[in-house]
Amino acid sequence: MRLAELRAWIRALGTWRWASHRLRGWRQGGRTAVMGVPTLWLLLFFLVPFIIVFKISVSDARLGMPPYEPLFTWAQAQVMQLKLNFANYAFLFEDALYRNAYLNSVVTAGISTLICLLIGYPMAYGIARSKPAWRNLLLLLVMLPFWTSFLLRVYAWIGLLRTDGVINKALMFLGLDEPLVMLQTNFAVYLGIVYSYLPFMILPLYTAIERLDLTLLEAAADLGCKPTKAFLRITVPLTKGGIIAGCMLVFIPAVGEFVIPALLGGPDSLMIGRVLWEEFFNNRDWPVASAVAIAMLLLLVIPIMIFQRAQGARAGAHR
Amino acid sequence: MNARKSVFVLTMLVLGFVFLYGPILSLIIYSFNESRLVTVWGGFSVKWYRELLQNQQLLGAAWLSLKIAALNATCATVLGTLAGLALARFGAFRGRALLMGMATAPLVMPEVITGLSLLLLFVAMEQAIGWPAGRGMTTITIAHITFSMAYVTVVVQSRLAALDESLEEAAMDLGARPAKVFFLITLPIIMPAILAGWLLAFTLSWDDLVIASFVSGPGASTLPIVIFSKVRLGVSPDINALATILVLIVAIGIVTAGIYMQRQQKRRDLDVQRAIAAND
Repeated sequence: MRLAELRAWIRALGTWRWASHRLRGWRQGGRTAVMGVPTLWLLLFFLVPFIIVFKISVSDARLGMPPYEPLFTWAQAQVMQLKLNFANYAFLFEDALYRNAYLNSVVTAGISTLICLLIGYPMAYGIARSKPAWRNLLLLLVMLPFWTSFLLRVYAWIGLLRTDGVINKALMFLGLDEPLVMLQTNFAVYLGIVYSYLPFMILPLYTAIERLDLTLLEAAADLGCKPTKAFLRITVPLTKGGIIAGCMLVFIPAVGEFVIPALLGGPDSLMIGRVLWEEFFNNRDWPVASAVAIAMLLLLVIPIMIFQRAQGARAGAHR
Repeated sequence: MNARKSVFVLTMLVLGFVFLYGPILSLIIYSFNESRLVTVWGGFSVKWYRELLQNQQLLGAAWLSLKIAALNATCATVLGTLAGLALARFGAFRGRALLMGMATAPLVMPEVITGLSLLLLFVAMEQAIGWPAGRGMTTITIAHITFSMAYVTVVVQSRLAALDESLEEAAMDLGARPAKVFFLITLPIIMPAILAGWLLAFTLSWDDLVIASFVSGPGASTLPIVIFSKVRLGVSPDINALATILVLIVAIGIVTAGIYMQRQQKRRDLDVQRAIAAND
């Protein structure tokens, strides 16, 4: 027993000496700190939490605080027992509510992303092709809503979309007989997402279009290429990086959106972010909420990787 | 660009900006409405502003949000600048891919996932080591730093990537140590990016509802949490007044920054012209 302890001490000392030698050897303690401090922070507060979420997603719910059974229990002498319970996941697959919420989130986010692209591309194109004096002002105008509260901008739509709201009043003035029901519908959710995320689409598109070499388009026109064809075969492929980055910046957060469906959507516009919120805050079922989070992450892993590759390519293009 | 296409692009631009600014404008107009019914115009009045200034709950929440946002922005800027520096200047070091992945993932990670995972971490830490005891300002600040430092990292990294390394190399060749090079050369050049990062981190924290709701405890309600609980019950005119004040502050700040940047640019252009003239 004593010997083992001594041996452990010696080993620890050896490791310490090795580490300090390495540090001195680098003569770059500063460099290590520059990359080490943010890495450690993100490991502790970004990566480790996901492991805990997974752990809790496979444990049983119980009453009390925290409302889940511990994953590791000490059975008998010192034999650790690992108890995994995938029932929470099975529950997600069996219950139509969760399946619909997933499907609805992906469809809603996908359609909203497409609308954002269709509105955002001409806008980004117009800004990139405007006179330099105008360009900065227009960019500033795109970014200004981003700096004002997201919550309040979504809230603004409540007053506009209500049956007795501004839009319906205008429509009835123009001759509509009955007000349109717009608030608490899926339409309002689409509108809210497009409205809130449009700047995220425009900015990467603008960067890509602005960098486009115009002589290519002139060459195509000289060779008799029609503008539409030139746009599809030159402009779109060359701005692909911006399109991908913009679409991912809209699609991924939109899948998990909570505020917009909660404020503008109706009871049937279920989205997965809202389901997670309600499992957690209303039902206090932490294990199921964790399982929902892990399932959402699995859904988003591929889009997130596409986004990171696009980011990497853009960083590379700068050099 | 042919004429038809330019008309289309121009129309989209105009409609797009109307779409972006219409709702904000309606918030501002209705904040001066005398009537409590948001849809009926009851004449011009500033009574909702007066009511707002007497609402202790909202003012207290705003003060808490301000403290958290400032603390968060400062810490996130330091951490994000370090990460951006490592990613842009250190070449291929071990763990670069890991840092790159962890630094860009929070940009797109749905807030409900970040919020839930951090809450579970805080609960597990409290059970294991007794810290953080309870949840409140500390846990909200830590959570905000974690997701907003990603934005600072991207801003600083892309500024550094666009920057010529020759100035730093010249200083190094003249015998300056890395730390000195950073503080005398790199830092002043990337200062605008760092300031932009600080402001971005501040705004993200000031606006955040979802993550703060997960990791806050009793008694620590930030401004978005209070606004959300009010707004959920329907439209209330004092929230319109609050929105107007916030939009005004942001607009003044951005216009000031824009004018300042334009002046700097003009001065720089003038310096370049003078230098060229002096050489001739």
